[in-house]
Amino acid sequence: MTSELVLEYAIDITFALILLAMGFAFLRMVLGPSLPDRVVALDLITTLVVSFVAVFSVRAGEPELMDVIVAVALIAFLATLAYARYCQKVTLNQSGVDPKMPDDGDKS
Amino acid sequence: MTILSPAFLDYLSAAFLVAGGIFACGAGLGILRFPDVLMRAHASTKAGTLGAGLVLIGVVIHFSEVGVVLRALVTITFLMLTAPIAAHIICRAAYHQGQPLWIKTVVDHLHTELSPNAADETDHPLFEADPDRSNEDRPD
Repeated sequence: MTSELVLEYAIDITFALILLAMGFAFLRMVLGPSLPDRVVALDLITTLVVSFVAVFSVRAGEPELMDVIVAVALIAFLATLAYARYCQKVTLNQSGVDPKMPDDGDKS
Repeated sequence: MTILSPAFLDYLSAAFLVAGGIFACGAGLGILRFPDVLMRAHASTKAGTLGAGLVLIGVVIHFSEVGVVLRALVTITFLMLTAPIAAHIICRAAYHQGQPLWIKTVVDHLHTELSPNAADETDHPLFEADPDRSNEDRPD
């Protein structure tokens, strides 16, 4: 068994494992039960997309795909941050606190 | 087979890729099976980031180019910087939202921190958020 063949099999196995994890995360996103659960699942899915594109760049032999990885990693953080702010705002609205106040209302 | 021969690099890259895939799969399993939001965030943040980092190291070993190494380093650094922040901020939002903790949670320092008067109270509002989880069911 040549080393190229081993690498091909390893890439296949990695694809399968990442897709399995993505299915689990998607299931959690569908099941919920709360908004933070879904946001955490979305966060994991974007991390898995980063891994997936990385493995695919090996399979396709195109190192240019690393640019995509950097961009996706940047966007994932912003999406999670925005959703967290949204959750916090909803909570503050429900508890009757002025939503315009700074977010760092740890004592609220 | 000498070290740094193409065959050896292929084997090393394959090992890193599969290890990263296993950790990613563990993260998915954790996010599906763990009982509350904080634990799910714990699984997805730590195992997910480690899996992505290992896969990226495998890619770096395969290509062995300066540009790829730099981009992978930037990505790994950024992931490791932002994943804890994102998990912390979303978990804080979930906690303030009153998401119920796992029923076997033993200690909750943040609750006594937020309301010092409630330190001796037996009633715990977080456990009342879910009617199926009453204070009687809590372990001592």
